[in-house]
Amino acid sequence: MQQLLTTVLTGVTLGVVYAAFALALVLIWRATRIVNFAQAPMAMITTYIALVLIDAGYSYWLGFAAALLSGLVLGAVVERFVVRFVSGKSEINAVILTLGLFIVLHALAAIVFGSRYRSFPAPFGLRGFQIGDTTIALTGFGVFTVVAVAVVMVGLVLLFRGTDLGLRMRASAFNQEVSRLLGVKVGRMLTLGWALAALVGSLSGLLIAGGGLVHPSYMDGVVVYGFVAAVLGGLDSPVGAVVGGLLLGLSLSLVSGYVGSELVPLAALVILMAVLLLKPGGLFASVRERRV
Amino acid sequence: MVRRHLLLALGALVVVVLVLETTSQFRNAQFAAMAYYAIAAAGLTILTGLNGQLSLGHGALMAVGAYSTALMLQSREGTLPLLVILALATVITVVVGALVGVAAARLHGPYLAGATLALAVAIPGIPLYFSEWLGGEQGLNVRMPEIPVWLADAAYFVTGQELTQIRYLAYLGWLGVIVVFVLLANLSRSRVGRNWQAVRDDEVAAELAGINLGRARVQAFVVSAGCAGLAGGLLALSARLAAPSGFTLTLSLLLLSAVVLGGLGSLVGALVGAALLTFLPQVVTGAGTDLGLTDVQAAQLAPLIYGLVTVLVVLLAPAGLAGGLRKLIHWRRSS
Repeated sequence: MQQLLTTVLTGVTLGVVYAAFALALVLIWRATRIVNFAQAPMAMITTYIALVLIDAGYSYWLGFAAALLSGLVLGAVVERFVVRFVSGKSEINAVILTLGLFIVLHALAAIVFGSRYRSFPAPFGLRGFQIGDTTIALTGFGVFTVVAVAVVMVGLVLLFRGTDLGLRMRASAFNQEVSRLLGVKVGRMLTLGWALAALVGSLSGLLIAGGGLVHPSYMDGVVVYGFVAAVLGGLDSPVGAVVGGLLLGLSLSLVSGYVGSELVPLAALVILMAVLLLKPGGLFASVRERRV
Repeated sequence: MVRRHLLLALGALVVVVLVLETTSQFRNAQFAAMAYYAIAAAGLTILTGLNGQLSLGHGALMAVGAYSTALMLQSREGTLPLLVILALATVITVVVGALVGVAAARLHGPYLAGATLALAVAIPGIPLYFSEWLGGEQGLNVRMPEIPVWLADAAYFVTGQELTQIRYLAYLGWLGVIVVFVLLANLSRSRVGRNWQAVRDDEVAAELAGINLGRARVQAFVVSAGCAGLAGGLLALSARLAAPSGFTLTLSLLLLSAVVLGGLGSLVGALVGAALLTFLPQVVTGAGTDLGLTDVQAAQLAPLIYGLVTVLVVLLAPAGLAGGLRKLIHWRRSS
């Protein structure tokens, strides 16, 4: 019972982070029909920026804000100066481009920040809360993780549902041609979309790193889990991405707790394959199944 | 066409002998590495260029070949002949590749990329979990079997030089390259190869022409996996080790970038890409340390250049370096 509770709580905390990462992928997919595999190293770079600031003696929160801000800038730069030139061309080229970026950012980080493992601080406790005599697996940092992701998600919903800017962004994701005719500056909306997605990605990078170790490839697994979570939700739906992330976090936590943490990526592969072969439109596909 | 390929292969064999006999041990080891990169890249370029399937999982498939080879070389007393072992490793990887290929045949574009990415991240976990059997983090040591006496004698008789282990491995690798390249070149010009291209260019048209889409895709994946398996086996022999750290996601991505650099679908491009993967690190690492970088930093310069050039090639010259060069030659001839 105790172990099950631990597993579930860990699963929810991890699931929230995967959900955030999946959300970042979905935002970009909706806008540009590109799966941004470079999201992982982008988040890794911004986490390193936070780490450098924190190690230089600044507060955690300054590093946190700087990471989110640099994520915003990095996303915009990548869209405007690199991805813009392949949009609308063959999808295989776009994928290869993001993978090229993946390699570049990886190597850059190793050159600039070094490739050894460095520990990343957490702003809240990493010990489980005490209830009576038992310690449960919910930590202060875990609560912060859930709250931070929830805040960002509510913010995104407010942006997309409640503001004029959000409406324009949704319009340009829905149909570029028509939006252009209606006077929406589609290019700017795409840049903004990538910037926002990179911000959400950076957040998940920071949350994964908190209280753990950082090295240039620490996000490589997360991009897989984020992708699986996004596909679980149909790759097109932000709500689906969040639910997919939570489901995946729980399942992987169960595998890690009862089978072995080495097999977690394999379990993710199995889940991905099962979804793609049985329900390629995602778990919530209501429309007819798309040809994947 | 077939005869032309065989003549080319014969010419290549002569060049290989001349080059390997006249270069140092160190260069021989590099050529051995280039051989396994070339085989893996050739398989990948056929899959991606000819059939339009993107695989980020070829590093993982190489791991399958490497671990199979290592397992078969574990026993102290007497192992199978080396060629048989490599052939078996290829077959085992083909079986794994068929499993992946059946699933992959129903995916395209980013879905396929994501699925094979998951494969690349998942496979290194397996030896960690079955650590008693597969050696865990340290991996399995590979004992290179002795060179057969008749071969060593024959080599001495022909070249007048002792056949060293490293040179033997380089020969083995380049023999593999020649066989694989001839087979792939013939295959891509055969009916099967044309079917693959038809599937790549237009699924609906291919289906209307009576091509079984799924079968064509699985075929391409299986052939490509076989190349990765052979390459993995040769890698294990060269490195004397099969360990999870040798088959990270980076290996899969570098293979892909090699194929893109050379030009998707071009076997010559695969060779160019393999040469870059083998020889560029030494050059740029040297340049990096001269510029005052530490060794660890300088070692990352090569991947940085691969990544940058990959991005530039996708943006500027989608036909790859080989294709760009060809275009340049045509342009100069016609003007």
